[in-house]
Amino acid sequence: MKFGVVVFPGSNCDHDAYHVISKHVGQPVDFIWHKETNLSGFDALIIPGGFSYGDYLRAGALARFSPVMAAVKNFAAEGKYVFGICNGFQILCEAGLLPGALIRNAGLHFVCRHVNIRIENLNTPFTNQIENGRVLSIPVAHAEGNYVCDDATFHALEENGQIVFRYCEPDGETTAESNPNGARSNIAGICNQDRNVLGMMPHPERACEEMLGSNDGRDIFSSLTRAIAGV
Amino acid sequence: MKAKVYVTLKSSVLDPQGKAIKHSAESLGFDRIEDIRQGKYFELAFGDDTPEDAARASAEKIAKDVLANPVIEDYRVEIES
Repeated sequence: MKFGVVVFPGSNCDHDAYHVISKHVGQPVDFIWHKETNLSGFDALIIPGGFSYGDYLRAGALARFSPVMAAVKNFAAEGKYVFGICNGFQILCEAGLLPGALIRNAGLHFVCRHVNIRIENLNTPFTNQIENGRVLSIPVAHAEGNYVCDDATFHALEENGQIVFRYCEPDGETTAESNPNGARSNIAGICNQDRNVLGMMPHPERACEEMLGSNDGRDIFSSLTRAIAGV
Repeated sequence: MKAKVYVTLKSSVLDPQGKAIKHSAESLGFDRIEDIRQGKYFELAFGDDTPEDAARASAEKIAKDVLANPVIEDYRVEIES
């Protein structure tokens, strides 16, 4: 089993992701520079957080044109796992691997704090190890995390079980107050129809050590590991 | 020859930045403004020997593929010779 962490100019959560995969997930992991076009040998890719291309034009818009992205699309089409976190989620939306878009937070502020997220679908490669009804405490850090999509896309997401995470209160109730950015229907993370591509705004790689306030993020990585192992 | 590309948020998409700018305008006393929407403006310079249709076609394609995100934004191209 081998993980790859894709590095764009301006990625800044690449080392956090690498650290979590090597130390806590305990699997081999390599950085993949964005000019790379050969992804053979990898089972899962992390598209990490940060400010690829300085967020110029729109967050994630220019990273889509990096040479590696054509390979990432093929990788996803083969059914292998692609996991976009924060800026990675923005990139996957811009690249058309996930529907919708992430726009400026409704409150205009950069929001950096722990949020609670509810698991809406336990039957995905990214959530299969999480108990029903569990609420995870995971930090967000973004200015453009306000998920938008048209009504047709939203209904398709709901019907197909593609809404994976929703912002909520500690008891699991979804409220306007628990939504840090104004995202439609409190959406914090979605997957594609085949469920092998997931994007989320919260940073599970920053929540894998008790010392950092939460290790709830580990359950997402252990789910993915289990999915890759085909257990 | 110049192509001007205007990118604006679709009317169905909330524009929190435009809203904040409107509040500022109101505090300056501009109370007749009903709405402000923020957008982006690009100038694409083409060589003088570029035919107008070719410049327009290129600008339209770049606007659609790069400058605007069709999920949330609309664009408009103007050619200035």
